[in-house]
Amino acid sequence: MSDLPFILFSLVAAWAAIMVVTRAVAVHALLYLVVVPLSLAGVFFTLGAPFAAMLEVIIYAGAVMVLFVFVVMMLNLGRSDRDRERHWMAPAVWIGPALLSGLLLIALCITLRTIPPTAASDAMVPIGPQSVGLLLYGPYVLSVELASFLLLAGLVSAFHIGRNIRGTGTGEP
Amino acid sequence: MSAASPTHALLLATLLFAVGMLGVLARRNLLLMLMSIEIMLNAAALAFIAAGARWHAAQGQVMFLMILSLAAAEAAVGLAIILRLHSAGRPTLDADTGNRLKG
Repeated sequence: MSDLPFILFSLVAAWAAIMVVTRAVAVHALLYLVVVPLSLAGVFFTLGAPFAAMLEVIIYAGAVMVLFVFVVMMLNLGRSDRDRERHWMAPAVWIGPALLSGLLLIALCITLRTIPPTAASDAMVPIGPQSVGLLLYGPYVLSVELASFLLLAGLVSAFHIGRNIRGTGTGEP
Repeated sequence: MSAASPTHALLLATLLFAVGMLGVLARRNLLLMLMSIEIMLNAAALAFIAAGARWHAAQGQVMFLMILSLAAAEAAVGLAIILRLHSAGRPTLDADTGNRLKG
């Protein structure tokens, strides 16, 4: 049955996301967060987007998660942090956010019912990297330039924020 | 109808977005809030991919690339701000103390 990978990847992604949100130890949440893009890459693959799946594995599960791992290592979290997180995660805290998220979920599900279903025959034709690349360097070349501007701005601002981080420079107590 | 249809992928994206929003709203640790934002960005990317598969268009993957670069820049800047907060004497990373950031 060809739908089994999609269902499995979806269950893994949803379960890992729920575990990320509810863990008290930051390292545990981070390890579950690595599972989310990996399983989503599987979902992309079953949806017929192998290029996006590989990019998800390389950039999300590779580069971005390595950034998170480095920061969690540098923060040096310990037992007191875990106890404080447990204190912050009292059950009364979750009522309002759970209500809001549940409302959003219900509203979006009702909206999704209005989408007409696809014909099952031509549903899963893969869209390869060639057509994506032709679009990227054809009509969407301006947005590629804007994305590079965004990355440059992120680089510059991360450098600016992160310099003199040990308190030897200006403006640091 | 096949279970791997784009509509079901959109349902998964909705669920992931709701879970990420729950994390952003309920957690007080800035690091966990950033992780929840990553989940929400993943959900948006999944919605674009599913829409691209629904209408057989490669534009969904083009938008996925834009979301990917946005997520990379956002993670870099957000984690730099978190390190700055941590080294500036607020090791609890409580989101309520972020208003005293300067520089």
